[in-house]
Amino acid sequence: MSWLAFAFGAWALGWWLNARLAARPRTQGTRLAVPLIFGITLIAIWEGLVRGLEISPVLLPAPSMIAVRFVASTDILWEDFVQTVIKGALSGYAIGCGSAFLMAILVDRFDFLRRGLLPVGNFVAALPVIGMAPILVMWFGFDWQSKAAVVVVMVFFPMLVNTVQGLADSSAMQRDLMRTYAAGYWATLLKLRLPAAMPFIFNGLKIASTLALIGAIVAEFFGSPIRGMGFRISTSVGQLALDLVWAEIVVAAVAGSAFYGLVALIERAVTFWHPSQRHT
Amino acid sequence: MRSVVPVLTVVAAIFAIWYLAAIWLNAAWAYDKATRSGEELGVVALVADTWSQEKPKLPAPHQVGVEIWDTTVEKKITSKRSLIYHSWITLSATLLGFALGTGLGIALAVGIVYNRTMDMSVMPWVIASQTIPILAIAPMIIVVLNAVGISGLLPKAMISMYLSFFPVVVGMVKGLRSPDAMQLDQMRTWNASPSQMFWRLRLPSSMPYLFTSLKIGMAASLVGAIVGELPTGAVAGLGARLLAGSYYGQTIQIWSALIMAAVLAAALVAIIGLLQRVTLRRMGMA
Repeated sequence: MSWLAFAFGAWALGWWLNARLAARPRTQGTRLAVPLIFGITLIAIWEGLVRGLEISPVLLPAPSMIAVRFVASTDILWEDFVQTVIKGALSGYAIGCGSAFLMAILVDRFDFLRRGLLPVGNFVAALPVIGMAPILVMWFGFDWQSKAAVVVVMVFFPMLVNTVQGLADSSAMQRDLMRTYAAGYWATLLKLRLPAAMPFIFNGLKIASTLALIGAIVAEFFGSPIRGMGFRISTSVGQLALDLVWAEIVVAAVAGSAFYGLVALIERAVTFWHPSQRHT
Repeated sequence: MRSVVPVLTVVAAIFAIWYLAAIWLNAAWAYDKATRSGEELGVVALVADTWSQEKPKLPAPHQVGVEIWDTTVEKKITSKRSLIYHSWITLSATLLGFALGTGLGIALAVGIVYNRTMDMSVMPWVIASQTIPILAIAPMIIVVLNAVGISGLLPKAMISMYLSFFPVVVGMVKGLRSPDAMQLDQMRTWNASPSQMFWRLRLPSSMPYLFTSLKIGMAASLVGAIVGELPTGAVAGLGARLLAGSYYGQTIQIWSALIMAAVLAAALVAIIGLLQRVTLRRMGMA
């Protein structure tokens, strides 16, 4: 009963604090503190409810249990992280985004290709591409190569569509100006159109960064060596070791956020001139 | 209309590449079979064989087409082998999840727009929630909900909901905030109450944003339903067809389920596109 009271108290305290903070003028501090308090409150409520209602750890382990498990099995988590994120997701991400970028430049060069490929690309980007996973696992074997292949297929079209859109973003006036400077195709591409396309390219890269992790993990459900985050999640669910599953989820969430954050940081450095980045 | 010829060319090119790839990928097995029975394999025989194997590495398009025809038109809808039956299972989970996700998304967006505390505390977490690969947790959600006695449609719909609420929240927040200061002031000069402000100005002007997010949400919702079917042990649904196909090496079955999923996704998105056009035209916005 006291745990339930604790959960309720945490909720009331968190809400009161946030309401007070939100009413004050917006600063860097409150912008960081408010979501942080919200998150901590959620975890406290979770802990209180699980203990107070005596929910079986087989259904939903308490955050403290997950933390203990996380610390106890860092070696397994690290091994899975290397297998899935570094080998599977990152290599696929690099290959997929790189080839989509080159393809986009080629597509942009020929108007015929652009008018043909863009609708098809848009269509494919909306499809459940993840379904290709079993086929690719069959072709490339169980190890990380097949996971990278799934990631390549998943990130290719969103990246292609975004880059092509970005390359078309410079205005006729700007292109005319380049022409008056007697700039050829390559000079125009490198000095005007690629920089102008950067916000779109980074949008594609950000979308692809979350897709990459999902692709690599889900592909492991269709067959994998005896390591990897997807493998660990599906087998641990079978063994009802839900604390380990949640530890994997924490790793996935942290890796996903870090990956996204890194891309966003690079974006801020590269596209500092864009209105969306110029808030002071 | 200008782009019909280029699109058709690209589609034709894809089919050509598909057929060629089928020859290339299936040739090894064809040669293997020929050497075992001691025959010489000519070019024509090789091509014919690679396009008609029972368990090819890559089935030719016409094989997939025949399989789809067999499992949709020729089979009874109630049959466990009918692709329409499996599509219906997936579709119902998709639609339920999509409805729940849209509802949750709109409710959250209204809260975020009208409550400063919610805006500052919830919005960052909505964004952070999407960096978590939810699909990875799908098996656990299904198993846990099964353990508490919820099974069937709802667990899959929950995953669809989680995937589809995010685009709706982001789009609706943007949409509900899209009326500019001039329009808001105009409403104020007419002494509009907050609810009138919402129903007559904010909600109508958010419609274009809503439909764009609904399209993304629908596609995401279908992916969620398909992945949600994987860990249930391949009982029913398109995801189960994929998994069963990959267990038994039935590549033609995998491809036909995949094409079916693609058709489903395209049809659902097209329906929303149609609704969007009709609604926006009647509102005088398109």
